[in-house]
Amino acid sequence: MAQPLVKKDDDRDDEADYSPFLGIEKGAVLQEARVFNDPQLDPRRCSQVITKLLYLLNQGETFTKVEATEVFFAVTKLFQSKDIGLRRMVYVMIKELSPSADEVIIVTSSLMKDMTSKTDMYRANAIRVLCRITDGTLLTQIERYLKQAIVDKNPVVASAALVSGIHLLQTNPEIVKRWSNEVQEAVQSRAALVQFHALALLHQIRQNDRLAVNKLVSSLTKGSVRSPLAQCLLIRYTSQVIRESANTQAADRPFYDFLEGCLRHKAEMVIFEAARAITELNCVTTRELTPAITVLQLFLSSSKPVLRFAAVRTLNKVAMTHPMAVTNCNIDMESLISDQNRSIATLAITTLLKTGNESSVDRLMKQITNFMSDIADEFKIVVVEAIRSLCLKFPLKHRSLMNFLSNILREEGGFDYKKAIVDSIVILIRDIPEAKETGLLHLCEFIEDCEFTYLSTQILHFLGIEGPKTSDPSKYIRYIYNRVHLENATVRAAAVSTLAKFGAMVDTLKPRIFVLLRRCLFDNDDEVRDRATLYLNTLGGDGAVVQTGEDVKEFLFGSLDIPLVNLENSLKNYEPSEESFDIYSVPREVKTQPLAEKKAPGKKPTGLGAPPAGPPSTVDAYEKLLSSIPEFANFGKLFKSSAPVELTEAETEYAVNVVKHIFDGHVVFQYNCTNTIPEQLLENVTVIVDASEAEEFAEVASKPLRSLPYDSPGQTFVAFEKPEGTPAIGKFSNMLRFIVKEVDPSTGEAEDDGVEDEYQLEELEVVAADYILKVGVSNFRNAWESMGADCERIDEYGLGPRESLAEAVNAVIDLLGMQPCEGTEVVPNNSRSHTCLLSGVYIGNVKVLVRLQFGLDGPKDVAMKLAVRSEDESVSDAIHEIVASG
Amino acid sequence: MDSCPCIKNIILLDSEGNRVAVKYYSDEWPTNSAKEAFEKALFSKTQKTNARTEAEIAMFENHIIVYKFVQDLHFFVTGAEGENELILVTVLQGFFDAVGLLLRGNVDKKEALENLDLILLCLDEIVDGGVILETDANAIAGKVASHSVDAAAPLSEQTISQALATAREHLARSLLK
Repeated sequence: MAQPLVKKDDDRDDEADYSPFLGIEKGAVLQEARVFNDPQLDPRRCSQVITKLLYLLNQGETFTKVEATEVFFAVTKLFQSKDIGLRRMVYVMIKELSPSADEVIIVTSSLMKDMTSKTDMYRANAIRVLCRITDGTLLTQIERYLKQAIVDKNPVVASAALVSGIHLLQTNPEIVKRWSNEVQEAVQSRAALVQFHALALLHQIRQNDRLAVNKLVSSLTKGSVRSPLAQCLLIRYTSQVIRESANTQAADRPFYDFLEGCLRHKAEMVIFEAARAITELNCVTTRELTPAITVLQLFLSSSKPVLRFAAVRTLNKVAMTHPMAVTNCNIDMESLISDQNRSIATLAITTLLKTGNESSVDRLMKQITNFMSDIADEFKIVVVEAIRSLCLKFPLKHRSLMNFLSNILREEGGFDYKKAIVDSIVILIRDIPEAKETGLLHLCEFIEDCEFTYLSTQILHFLGIEGPKTSDPSKYIRYIYNRVHLENATVRAAAVSTLAKFGAMVDTLKPRIFVLLRRCLFDNDDEVRDRATLYLNTLGGDGAVVQTGEDVKEFLFGSLDIPLVNLENSLKNYEPSEESFDIYSVPREVKTQPLAEKKAPGKKPTGLGAPPAGPPSTVDAYEKLLSSIPEFANFGKLFKSSAPVELTEAETEYAVNVVKHIFDGHVVFQYNCTNTIPEQLLENVTVIVDASEAEEFAEVASKPLRSLPYDSPGQTFVAFEKPEGTPAIGKFSNMLRFIVKEVDPSTGEAEDDGVEDEYQLEELEVVAADYILKVGVSNFRNAWESMGADCERIDEYGLGPRESLAEAVNAVIDLLGMQPCEGTEVVPNNSRSHTCLLSGVYIGNVKVLVRLQFGLDGPKDVAMKLAVRSEDESVSDAIHEIVASG
Repeated sequence: MDSCPCIKNIILLDSEGNRVAVKYYSDEWPTNSAKEAFEKALFSKTQKTNARTEAEIAMFENHIIVYKFVQDLHFFVTGAEGENELILVTVLQGFFDAVGLLLRGNVDKKEALENLDLILLCLDEIVDGGVILETDANAIAGKVASHSVDAAAPLSEQTISQALATAREHLARSLLK
């Protein structure tokens, strides 16, 4: 190697800086690669050059297409050399270059020769390389050799073939599936890793056949698996079988004995896998858990950090659902608080916080206080969250926990950490009434010295809501007014609003508040001045003390029930004109579109010929699109657009999905069509809709798509009239009708003559959920209380046997199409009951709130109590009707 | 559902966080800059920990990372959040020990770069496309070294167990320092 040894200036340690690759350059190495073409190959030198090329690639250097091709062809010459080491490098290099299909042909014969070679190393590696770069056609040619290789005496060769099979199963499943006999034989191999690879492949081949997996598991659990890795796989497959088997009654859970037996395996890897599998069983009982917890407890005192981490992480999860089962480990856990590895320490702390009982809280808090000072912010956040849930669990302990939170609030910390603390205090204030006053004072003290504008404004806003309701609102005024003196304009403005809220809510404070607000009129920031002026005028600060009217309060402090994103978009689109901006024109639909869009396009590459008129993705864009079509212009305001519903299977000739647009008295179906055949041009595309199963709907208009070329989506529309303001439902069958013209692929020209053709699409339904908008509320309890019980309807329903509680909850949410609030759509594992809060807007702009209470009734049966509150009792009834008929 | 243990990447960095050799098996890091950013974050997060006697572990951006340091080399193996930590550490240990054998106990950056071909072959023998191929250090080193290009000092002169002994000795010495 003739590398110039460039010495660095700093004389720290010349030797340490030495690298054989110092000053290496792509161009020079590519030049050097010419030695591959020498008639007399020097294997040593060639290896060195390949290493340099690999070094460059490894450092992130890229080769252009031409360079890569050149290198590839040069490398193929090296198959002439008999040097084993060089050949090994050649294999790695070819894999790194990942040649294109037409280049692969060049090496195919050489690799096939190696595949049948007597040298094991050649066979194994040639298989791996060939399978990595090959396509389906070549695979059929080499299939015979691969089958042989799977049962090869040499474990390295067998593993190479099996692992290649695992990769190929993704691209050529039908071929790999033909190998199951050989793979089955390999499962019995004496070589540990062959067994592991064979088991992985066999399971992947059969994974969709539940019965076969079941058989596989029951035969193997009898004990023929030697490899620890294979045993881990078997444990995973077993717990999968347990999960899927209908019988979850603990008494006769199949295979539990096998899992329990694995706890005594000699490999730690297997013990841990089994313990983890047991803790994750559905509805696991304490008796089943105990042996698993015992081995995990032993791991807690291991000298290996990885073992401790694995154990404490698993126990932490168990503590969420079965805190009592973990209490036995508390002593070991406490010693982990001082663990060198901070991840382990944090997990230990949070586990302890979950399992701790009321009497141990104080002692625990003392330990944590010392611990907090030397961990990173991200860990502190985890601890803060754990303390929050602990406090909610033991409200009586709020004093010491709140004190802890306020202490750490005063210490140094980044924004996210401080925000987590503030959020926690806010939640505690909301949920534990006794904690309110101390909590508010802690927050007041915090804003006295808070460097984060965002947090200051949030706290001021919160003070405005909660402060006036306390026994002595006046004591907060000083803290708030101090902000007006000392802070930046944003905080000052927020403080002015908060002051005004106190003034509006507490009549006795009003005169004093007005004095303060008048002082703010001379602020040097216009926003602050404007706010002060607005409040003074609306609250009557210019005259005598008057009762503040409800409507004024609603106007000033009512919640904004429009999604901010939509408001922002509408404001951007608003063009200044005579007509003033109408806040009621802002769509209220919560934007869920991007998610649906992601699922919709299938595997189509978006790069090539990016659709010029791609389907509009936001509600806003839908509205614009629809109003631009004269036929639909007089339908009024768009109430809701559904997520796209696929009407064709993936990978068919024509891909069609439909978006349902609901208007007050109309429904418009927007069919997004994509033509996936390059040789065809479709013209005059329409969808013929048969609405015989949708009696209340009558077709009024249809807008065909003039032309649909290959791979550029287009839309066609059909509009229906329906009774105004009612949630009419029905089923529609669809037929795509078009004129198809052949396209010459070479020129891209379409022929003149076309043939009329039809294509059957799947059915489409308009369901009740289409008439409900997902509109969230920020504070469900407040909204629920303020809605009142006048139009409340409560009833109970039996949902019958369900797979799980979560599944039942999701089914009802989907049925109603409403927005889950406060994260209540998530059902914790293993819980027996759950409350879910939903909110939405029913057609006709009626707000609806729903409180769902689910409970498990017997092993599988789910019972549900449904309470609906809305502004209109007929709407409340309608929601019940949806559930009753759904 | 793919329940086969999956390795997302194997990374070997020097004591300043620069790449010595890396291999990514997951497309979660599509570009080189994404990879570099990951390595940088990984390095700065683990730099201060002591992973010289026992392999250490960390959670990081929804990955589980096990790592071990020797001299000026930092070895990392990354797996998914739900992966069995002990499987990952087996892979790490296999890589770590195999490199020790191949470099005959002189495990440092200089030696690693001078024998980069061995390191790369070693990576190639441990994991194939995310699937664990071999975890036994002797087997890995054996496969790589049986055709070592370094003809001047063939490893075949010493048996694997001898080499392992040298490696242990060296490690012990470095610990006593």
